[in-house]
Amino acid sequence: MKMRRAVVAAVCAAVAMLTTSCGDDASGGGGGGGEPLISIVSKGFQHQFWQAVKQGAEEEAEARGARVTFVGPPTEADVEEQMNLLTNELAKSPDAIGFAALDSQAAAPLLEQAQSQDIPVVAFDSGVESDVPVTTVATDNRAAAAEAAEHLAEAVGGEGKVALVVHDQTSLSGKDRRDGFLEWMAENAPGITVLEPQYGGGDQMESANITRSIIQSNPDLAGIYAANEGSAIGVINGVRESGRDDIAVVGFDSGQAQIDAISSGEMTGAVTQDPVDMGRQLVDAALKALSGEELPERIDTAFHWYDRNNIEDPTIQAALYK
Amino acid sequence: MTTVKSPVLGRQRQESGTLAVVKSRLQQLLAFASLIVIYTFFAIASPHFFTYDNFISILFSTVVIGTLAIGTTFVIISAGIDLSIGTGMALCAVMSGVFMVNAGLPVLIGVPLTILFGGFMGLVNGINVAVLRIPPFIATLAMMLVAEGLALVVSDSTPIYFTDVSGYTDISTGRLISGIDIPNAVLILVAIAAIAGVLLTKSVLGRYTYSIGSNEEATALSGIDVRRWKITIYTFAGLFIGLAGVLISARLGSAQPATGMGYELQAIAAVVIGGTSLSGGKGSIVGTVIGALIISVLNNGLQIMSIPQEWQNVILGCVILVAVYADRARKQET
Repeated sequence: MKMRRAVVAAVCAAVAMLTTSCGDDASGGGGGGGEPLISIVSKGFQHQFWQAVKQGAEEEAEARGARVTFVGPPTEADVEEQMNLLTNELAKSPDAIGFAALDSQAAAPLLEQAQSQDIPVVAFDSGVESDVPVTTVATDNRAAAAEAAEHLAEAVGGEGKVALVVHDQTSLSGKDRRDGFLEWMAENAPGITVLEPQYGGGDQMESANITRSIIQSNPDLAGIYAANEGSAIGVINGVRESGRDDIAVVGFDSGQAQIDAISSGEMTGAVTQDPVDMGRQLVDAALKALSGEELPERIDTAFHWYDRNNIEDPTIQAALYK
Repeated sequence: MTTVKSPVLGRQRQESGTLAVVKSRLQQLLAFASLIVIYTFFAIASPHFFTYDNFISILFSTVVIGTLAIGTTFVIISAGIDLSIGTGMALCAVMSGVFMVNAGLPVLIGVPLTILFGGFMGLVNGINVAVLRIPPFIATLAMMLVAEGLALVVSDSTPIYFTDVSGYTDISTGRLISGIDIPNAVLILVAIAAIAGVLLTKSVLGRYTYSIGSNEEATALSGIDVRRWKITIYTFAGLFIGLAGVLISARLGSAQPATGMGYELQAIAAVVIGGTSLSGGKGSIVGTVIGALIISVLNNGLQIMSIPQEWQNVILGCVILVAVYADRARKQET
């Protein structure tokens, strides 16, 4: 008896859940609505950064009369999960796809499939190493690094020695954030000596150790620039452990540690990407691709400098993650 | 004193064992019926769902979880648990990279070595559980962490690409049967499900797996070396971890060292949905495969219907609850 009841309960529950969900779908436009459907497959889902991209994409879609769906794997290590998500999105035959690849090589066959289905793919965030995407919507890391350089130069009064701790010399973001900084310094700050860049793999401990040895060998150091979140946390700790409070530190991205350090004055400020803007530009690019407009190879999304004075601004708050 | 009790206990167990077989058949039917209902529902709800390509996509996305779930079914039926299968799979994937990319071994040697490496991990789990008497939950939790760490250490935290290993990705994405559009990974899943099903129901390994799971003490008293068989069960399940490592890295064309965490829970969910009891003694491979398919169909169908991702997880969670509820209701009857 109980067994049968369990069966009935199971089936009822399943059907009930599914029909409710179906209702949601119908109100959201269903399978065949007139509005173009843009499927976004991101690198993550529950992280604040990706939620902000989603928010931007949804706002833009709402304003432009399009629909978006946004999915992403639980962590940035779940490459297989991302492939499943992309496969399922392709099965829907969306009008366009926004894609931030965790692993370009793994995604290659699916991207070819999108191409053969005539679905334009817009790459975003770090981009996709492939000819398939019609454009790449991402932060201009060079320009953002130049902004960081400008603020560091200002903080050290235009002269003295500065160092940089970069996450790596192989990734595109590592190279761009290093070169953007170096170029700005070379062109605009004749009074500043920039030390050889050091690489800490974005690892907090390693970056802290590097920072300590830089300070050890350059007691007259005036400032340090860190090129990503992990490097920045390492630099903050390294400076703290060295017992120095006269070194200006400028960072990249956000995260609780950097936000705290900026609020407490240990860190001058940092450059943050603007994920909301990334979401908006992504949808904009997808719609342009659908209407057959020519798109540039790269579309640069906004970034912002934030420090103690403007950290509470709504635009900054929207771009920061903890 | 236990010697006096045991014959009685044994007889009782045997009776409930026969009943359990009937019941587990029913449970399988129930799971299968749910699968059909869910599949039909999506087919009606979305025109994009009911296509051959999507059918294959669903099967393809079931392969890795399905392989892990089949192996771990043996462990769970023996009243054990294996939490190390997810990160263990990542470690095996990395090892396949070490064998075939770093050491340059041919696929025909590298793949069996990887599978054996999975078996070795299972062996360690088995020794920890059976000889050192560490509760399976703790022993395999520790192994989960060890594997997660080792995968990062061995690979230096970077993916290993199989670009130069010719034929490797074909293991998952190739088409063995020309003319029929079914990826090899799906064929492999079907084959291992069949083998595991036969072993579980027809072999000594299977018989002792059920026996240890329903009453370990009675099994030991009847003269069976429970320790040895427990080690065998974990080792056997380990082979599937190794195979899953091969299948996932062949699909992606790379070994991703940081992946895997969470796969163990999905595999265990598939086993439970399929009607295998977490308290041991009951369960089947068919059920597990159906359980894994239910999860894939739900993931695929809900996404195709553009249900927000947050809700997909809520629904999946509810399905697991319902499955366990059905399992409990079934147990209360006995």
